[in-house]
Amino acid sequence: MHARPTVDAVMAAERAATFTKRSIKASAKLAGLTLAVSMVDLTTLEGKDSPEKARSLCRKAVRPWERDVDVLGEALPHAAAVCVYPAMVRVCVDELRGRDPDAGVKVASVATGFPSGQFPLEVRLADTRRAVADGADEIDMVISRGAFLAGRLDEVAEEIREVKRACRRGDGSFAHLKVILETGELETLDHVRRASDLAIRAMAEVDEEAGVGGVGTADFIKTSTGKVQPAATMPVTLVMLEAIRDWYLETGRLVGMKPAGGIRTAKQALHYLVMVKETMNLGVAGFEHAGGNPWLTPAYFRFGASTLLNDLLRQIAWLKTGKYQAGYDFAEA
Amino acid sequence: MGRITVTSPSSPSAATRAASDWANGYAPAPETVKVAIKPRHGHFIAGRWVLPKAGRGEGSGYFPTINPATEAVLSEVAQGTEKDVDAAVSAARKALPAWAGLPGVERAKYLYRIARRVQERSRELAVLETLDSGKPIKESRDVDVPLVAAHFFYHAGWADKLAFAFPGRTPRPVGVCAQVIPWNFPLLMAAWKIAPALACGNTVVLKPAETTPLTALRLAEILEECALPAGVVNLVTGDGRTGAALACHAGVDKVAFTGSTDVGKKIARAAAARGTKLTLELGGKSPHIIFEDASLDQAIEGIVAGIYFNQGEVCCAGSRLFVQESIVDTVVRKLEGRMASLRVGDPMDKNTDVGAVNSRQQLETIRRYMALGGAEGATLHVPGAHAGDDPFGPPTNTLPRGAGFWCRPCFFTGVQPSHTIAREEIFGPVLSVLTFRTPEEAIQRANNTPYGLAAGVWTDKGSKIFDIAAKLKAGVVWCNTYNKFDPASPFGGYKESGFGREGGVQGLRAYVVLE
Repeated sequence: MHARPTVDAVMAAERAATFTKRSIKASAKLAGLTLAVSMVDLTTLEGKDSPEKARSLCRKAVRPWERDVDVLGEALPHAAAVCVYPAMVRVCVDELRGRDPDAGVKVASVATGFPSGQFPLEVRLADTRRAVADGADEIDMVISRGAFLAGRLDEVAEEIREVKRACRRGDGSFAHLKVILETGELETLDHVRRASDLAIRAMAEVDEEAGVGGVGTADFIKTSTGKVQPAATMPVTLVMLEAIRDWYLETGRLVGMKPAGGIRTAKQALHYLVMVKETMNLGVAGFEHAGGNPWLTPAYFRFGASTLLNDLLRQIAWLKTGKYQAGYDFAEA
Repeated sequence: MGRITVTSPSSPSAATRAASDWANGYAPAPETVKVAIKPRHGHFIAGRWVLPKAGRGEGSGYFPTINPATEAVLSEVAQGTEKDVDAAVSAARKALPAWAGLPGVERAKYLYRIARRVQERSRELAVLETLDSGKPIKESRDVDVPLVAAHFFYHAGWADKLAFAFPGRTPRPVGVCAQVIPWNFPLLMAAWKIAPALACGNTVVLKPAETTPLTALRLAEILEECALPAGVVNLVTGDGRTGAALACHAGVDKVAFTGSTDVGKKIARAAAARGTKLTLELGGKSPHIIFEDASLDQAIEGIVAGIYFNQGEVCCAGSRLFVQESIVDTVVRKLEGRMASLRVGDPMDKNTDVGAVNSRQQLETIRRYMALGGAEGATLHVPGAHAGDDPFGPPTNTLPRGAGFWCRPCFFTGVQPSHTIAREEIFGPVLSVLTFRTPEEAIQRANNTPYGLAAGVWTDKGSKIFDIAAKLKAGVVWCNTYNKFDPASPFGGYKESGFGREGGVQGLRAYVVLE
């Protein structure tokens, strides 16, 4: 049958553009912005990152706006996770000690020779094991784009399987894996779809090895490192969501989606949430609270971003008070 | 250094509540512009608004035009009698020599002016179009009105270059043009008719559709603002009787008609008896062919848009879908998913995808065909409707409950080529799904229709596109896209879909006599 789905770039771009034309007002806008806050993977991935910077990131993720109750009359949700380099994992885990292991802010670590992935596999696996051992809840890996573009797809699938195995903890549980495709380097939507399918399958194979049944480990596919332009775009995210959707319809397993890089404004975030809402309305059992759409929860949809959070806060404050807060009213992470 | 434990005051329910609210729907986003509508409209003849002339008995006076989403009366318009038509044709005849004698570059100035004024008043025109026709504001705002302006701009460009359109020949105006237009794209069809006629130096008597006269009347106001010379464009409103009187009037040199094939045939008969020039743009039963090597999600997007666009009330709606047998299950599943996400409701809400059906009569036609489809053995799918929902029931939103004419986009599977729903034009958001095994069979089945207006081909393979497109008997073949309109691109049909082209240099041909 349809072994290798193709993507028509013109129509995909056209469809993606329709999501930006929805008119989101009042209560719907507030719900969307609040939901987006809860989906942010608050990120810092710089050579100059320090433990202090990581700590303030954690604080920001736990309490995005310290004046929320005063100004808004209610507390905002916390961000989904902090996303840092492996060297900062322990700092973050310490800082967040005492959090609710299920509902609290997660610690995500990039690994596997981020951002290029141009390292021997054993180094990349050691990188992963170390981050997991340090307490990372989630591992954001990069694939070997060189191997993918050269057509060595089995090699890419095998490295994903290996990294996923390295995400397994001593107690048999898994750190959630996010596979970064770096779509800006894959260039075509055909490639994006193929890489998505490949990553989704590879992760599921390891779940199967490990006897994880049901909907799976809640692993993710992710667009970008943020180090390559273009990073996340609407058409790319649409194609990846379609791959996730088709996989769910085929197998009943759920895979998460994380667009990362380039999503800076509240308005953009709403465009993405419109896309998720209208593309992933699959009536999944157990997610009735989200209209049967698991991707409208932080367990299955994230925004990889650093500056987005404060714009979300600013727009929420405006909606609630009718006044724009100054930029300096919101703490930097 | 002591550690401060960071805690969040938020309950986990803040995010959950937001997810639930967001999944629940978008808040109402009504278009807020209010448009004043006169309680009563006369005809626009010789540059003046005139009362309808008294006719004999039935059919004189005024009739109401309603908002199909609420059934509220918007205004009353005049029922044109033979006398009114007579007066309009005489006015057009009187205005002809001066208009035809005007240098092309001067005629172009009027057309540019009209185009710009349409742009300036675009929001008002879009709102009025949606009120009168039931189409969603998103479409009248983003498709209809911009295309109206584009048609005037495009033809303004031709007005002084006609000699280049027909090299070696001298194009002259045909004369007085009688133009009868349908209710599905009321203002756009007026533009398609008026713009090329004026560019070529003709004068016009236009009759808008009975159920949707308001935007054409508003266009007449714009023509007044642009100081278009009196009598160059005249407007007579009314029902089919007015249209018949106009199309059969001995004083017209050319008839242009867009509408049903039945009426088109009658007009063709009348015109043949007199030698009047004629172009017809009639019905369609346009096929989509989707191959197993197509980019499926994008193909589904185009196919679904091709049948719900303007509630399916589009002459080139892709109403027959031929699916390669190997992918039929996947295609049906994807059709279900995509159609379920369509938002049917208040046409004036900016997030509405599918508005109201244009009239009770049209809704009855759609219902009749849908019942027939079931009776002939096809299976109806109404995605997005809950069990027991009436596909014709009013959407649950801010509209007065029970009012308006509604139909959820839907499709039939198990359709055979002999079924009525696969042969006759429904003019509603109803798609028939059929299958094929080989390209030859696909072409044969697609061409097996009295119509030939448009077609869609979906495959990732370039060579297949060229092969199939050349063999389809249709005026327009869209490949890996659908419903793309541009004033530079000719539109028109084969067989019972009519003859003559509108748009492009080909569209000018119907409005000139070549010497």
